[in-house]
Amino acid sequence: MSETPAIELRGISKSFGPVHANRDIDLVVKKGSIHGIIGENGAGKSTLMSILYGFYHADDGDILVNGEKVTIADSKAAIGMGIGMVHQHFMLVDNFTVLENVVLGAEDSAMLAGGLDRARIELKRLEEEYELRVDPDALIQDLPVGLQQRVEILKALYRSAEVLILDEPTGVLTPPEADHLFKILEVLKNEGKTILLITHKLREIMAATDSVSVMRRGEMVATRETRNTSMEELAELMVGRSVLLRVDKKPAVPAEPVMQVENLSVTDQRGVQVVKDVSFSVRAGEIVGIAGVSGNGQSELLETLSGIRRATGGTLRINGQTIDLGTSTLDAADMRAKSMGHVPEDRHRMGLINSFSEYENSILGYHRDPAYSSGLLMNISAIKENAVAEIEKYDIRPPNPMLKTASFSGGNQQKIVLAREIERDPDVLLVGQPTRGVDIGAIEFIHSRLVELRDAGKGILLVSVELDEIRALADRILVMFDGRIVGERGANADEGELGLLMAGVEDNAKMSVEGDAR
Amino acid sequence: MSTGQLPRWVDYGLIPFVNLAAAFLVSGLVVVLIGENPLEAVRILIWGSLGYGEGIGFTLFYATNFIFTGLAVAVAFHAGLFNIGGEGQAYIGGLGVTFACLALDHIVPWYVTLPFAIIGSALMGAAWAFIPAWLQATRGSHVVITTIMFNFIASSLMVYLLNSALKKPGSMQPETRTFEAGGRLPFLNEVFPSFGFGYAPVNLSLFVALAACVLIWLLIWRTKLGFEIRSFGANATAAVYAGISPVRTIVITMLISGGLAGMMAINEIMGSQHRLLIDFVAGYGFVGIAVALMGRAHPVGIVLAAILFGMLYQGGAELSFEMPNITRDMIIVIQGLVILFAGALEHMFRPAITRLFTPSRAHAAEEA
Ligand SMILES: Nc1ncnc2c1ncn2[C@@H]1O[C@H](COP(=O)(O)OP(=O)(O)OP(=O)(O)O)[C@@H](O)[C@H]1O
Ligand SMILES: [Mg+2]
Repeated sequence: MSETPAIELRGISKSFGPVHANRDIDLVVKKGSIHGIIGENGAGKSTLMSILYGFYHADDGDILVNGEKVTIADSKAAIGMGIGMVHQHFMLVDNFTVLENVVLGAEDSAMLAGGLDRARIELKRLEEEYELRVDPDALIQDLPVGLQQRVEILKALYRSAEVLILDEPTGVLTPPEADHLFKILEVLKNEGKTILLITHKLREIMAATDSVSVMRRGEMVATRETRNTSMEELAELMVGRSVLLRVDKKPAVPAEPVMQVENLSVTDQRGVQVVKDVSFSVRAGEIVGIAGVSGNGQSELLETLSGIRRATGGTLRINGQTIDLGTSTLDAADMRAKSMGHVPEDRHRMGLINSFSEYENSILGYHRDPAYSSGLLMNISAIKENAVAEIEKYDIRPPNPMLKTASFSGGNQQKIVLAREIERDPDVLLVGQPTRGVDIGAIEFIHSRLVELRDAGKGILLVSVELDEIRALADRILVMFDGRIVGERGANADEGELGLLMAGVEDNAKMSVEGDAR
Repeated sequence: MSTGQLPRWVDYGLIPFVNLAAAFLVSGLVVVLIGENPLEAVRILIWGSLGYGEGIGFTLFYATNFIFTGLAVAVAFHAGLFNIGGEGQAYIGGLGVTFACLALDHIVPWYVTLPFAIIGSALMGAAWAFIPAWLQATRGSHVVITTIMFNFIASSLMVYLLNSALKKPGSMQPETRTFEAGGRLPFLNEVFPSFGFGYAPVNLSLFVALAACVLIWLLIWRTKLGFEIRSFGANATAAVYAGISPVRTIVITMLISGGLAGMMAINEIMGSQHRLLIDFVAGYGFVGIAVALMGRAHPVGIVLAAILFGMLYQGGAELSFEMPNITRDMIIVIQGLVILFAGALEHMFRPAITRLFTPSRAHAAEEA
C-alpha cells in the first residue's frame, strides 16, 4: 500500500439550479506532488476546487484529507486543515494594504497593531524565502494584477497551507513571471507541500505537473501521469475534438492609419508618470501588439485611449479627427461614438457588472444606442434578441441571457465582453488580455474573430502579457517598458529578443523606430 | 453564494416574513414583561389598523408618507448612495407645497393647484439635496454626513421662516394661515364615502404616491438613466468604463431622491394639515430608510413595507389607548424592533435559510 493521498474526492456532485457543475467526480492527489486540472471553460474546475476549499458545499460525495473523511463547512475550516487557495478572481480588499490583506481573517489577537508587526516580520521572511516581493504597505488597488496575485499566494503561505490550490495562476503573468511562479511551486513541492494547479495552458501542465486530470462538462474524463501523455492528447480529451494550437492567418494588408497617437504622457493618481511620451500608429487592417511585463504602462495606455483616464499631454488622431488628449474631456462614451471599441484587461472590475444579467451586460456602454430604445424606455426585447444572437455566435454557455454574469465561468464572461465589443463593428478595437482565463477551444475562436475583424479592414491594438499570443496575432509588435515604447519588431520576432526588450535591455534599433512613427 | 440562487418567493416573501416574525416575537416578550397579554396586544394592533374603515384610513395616510420617503431612499440606494436627509428634504418640500397653495388657493380649484404643489415640493426637496449631492460628486464629501447636517439646517431654517415671513399675521403660532378649498386635497372619505374612512386624513395624494411608484419602477428598470444609476451603484469602475459620468449620475439621482422626499409634504400639508407648521415631518423621513430596506428598494416592496409601518403607527396608537401600560414610547420600541430585524439584521436569518434551500433544491433537480 502506498502513502495515503493528501486529498481524495469520492463521487462529488454539485448543481447550480439546472446546471450540473460537477457530476460524480473522483480525484486522488498524491502528497508532495503537483497535480494539474484542465478542462474547457465551464467544465467545473473552479467549482470543484471551491468545494474542496469550503466555499461551496457538495450536494453529494466525500472529501478525504490525509485519508480521513472530513466535512469542510467553510473556508476557515479548509484553512484549518491546511488547505489554501488562490482564486481565479482575486479575493482581496481593494482599499486595504498588502499587509492588511495578508493578515485579514488570520489576526492572532483582537488588537491589530502588535499582530501587524509580527505579521510584517513573517511576511518579510516569506517574501525572501520565495522571492515574492511586494511592498507590504501598498494599497491593493494601486497594484497591477500580477502583484495582486503574489499577495494571494503570500496569503495562503502565511496561513501555513499544506495543500495549495491555484486557480489559473498564470493567466495574468508574463512568461518570466510564470517561470518564477513554477520555481516557487517546485520549492514548495520539495518541502512536501501538495499543489493543485488549474490552468488552460497545456505547456505549463507538461512542464510543471506530475499528473493531470481532465474535466469535461462537469465530469472527470481522464487522469494521466504527465510524462505518459502529450499536449495533443490532452487537448483532445478536453474538447472532444482535435484543436488547432496555432493561429491561422494570412499576411496583413494594412491601409491608411486609423489611429495615431503622438507624444502621449499619462500620470497616475499617485503622481507617477506611467506613460512617457509614447507615439505610434495603428493602420486599418492590421493588429498592433503591445508586449511588456504587466505594470509597465500598458493598462494606463489603454485606459487613456479609451477615455477612462486623463492624459497630461499628447494627441490622438482617430478617423481623421485630432484630439488634444492633454485638455480633452471626452469620456468613454464619446470615444465609443468615435467608433472605438474596448475590451478591458480586467473584466471583473471594469468589463462587466456581475450583479447584472447577461443581457444587460451585453449593452453596457452601448445602452444609449437608439437601437436599444423605443421612445423614453429601453427596448428590452431588442436587447435580449441581440444578446441571444451574441450568445449563439460566441457559443456562450449556459445560453441564458437572464443569468447574472457572476454565474458564468471565467472564459464565458470573457466571451460576453468580446462579443459586445466586436459585434459593434468598431473601426478601432483596443483589446487588453483577450484570452486571459479562456480555454484552448475558445482561444482558437477568439483569435479567429480578431483576425476576421482585421481582415475586414479594422485596426486593432492588442495588449497582452502573453508573449505567445502577441507573436501569434500581431502584425507589428511594440514593446513597452517603464512607460516607454522601447522597440518595434515584425510579426515573426525572436522570442528571446523580445524578452530582452521587455526586461528593459537597451535597444539599438530604437532610433529608427521613433523615426517611423512620425 | 449569490442571492440569485434563492427562489424569488424565499427572497422576497419568506425572509422578510421570518424577520418580521422575529421582531414580533421579541416585541411580544416585551409586552409580557410589562404584564399584558401579547396575543391581545396583537389583536388590538391589527384591529386598530385594519379592523374598521377609519383605522384603515389612518393606516393608508401614514403609508402615503412612507411610500414617498421610502422611494426617496430606494432611488439613492440604487446608485449606491445613502440619502438619510429625507427628513430635511421633506421639510423643505413643504415650502414648495405651501407657496403653491398660498398663491393659488383662493383663485383656482384644488386640481389646478395640485400640479404646482407637486412640482413645487419636488423642486424644493431636490434643491435641498443638491448641495450634498454636488459635494459628494465633486469633492467626495460623504452624503451620509452632509445630508444629516442638512436636516438640522432645514429644521432651523423652517423655525426661522415660520416665525417671521411665513407666520400668519397677528398669530402667536409658528404656522401659516389655513389654506382655502383651492389648497386642500379632497379626503378619500369625500371621494369614496362607502368605504367609511370617517375622519381619517387619507387623501388623494395616496394616488400621487402610487403613481410615483410606477414611474420610479419604470425609471429604474426601464430607462437609460435607470440603467446608468444601477450600473454606477453596482460597479462604479465599470460604469466609468461604460461612459457613465459619476458626477452627473450622483447629482441626478440625489435630485430625484430629494424630490421624492419633498413630495411627502403634499400628503401632510395639502392633504391633511392645510397649513405649513413646525415639525410636520415628524420622523417619517427616517422611517423611509427602514421602509426602503425592508422593501428591497423595489416599489412593490416599498408599498407593502409602507403599509406595514402605517399599521404600526395607527395600530400602535390604538394599542397605547387600549392598554395604558403600553405607552407611546413602547410603540416606538416595537417599531424600532421591526426596523432592527427587517433592516439592520436583515442578514441574520439569510445564511440559514439559504442553506435550507440550496441542497434540497439540488436533490429535487436530481430526482426530476
Ligand atoms: N454561483 C453559480 N451559480 C450558478 N451557476 C454557476 C455558479 N458557479 C458556477 N456556475 C456554473 O457551473 C459551471 C461550472 O463553472 P466553473 O466556474 O466551475 O467552470 P470552470 O471549469 O472553472 O471554467 P473556467 O475555465 O471558465 O474558469 C458553469 O456552467 C457555470 O456557469
Ligand atoms: Mg474557473
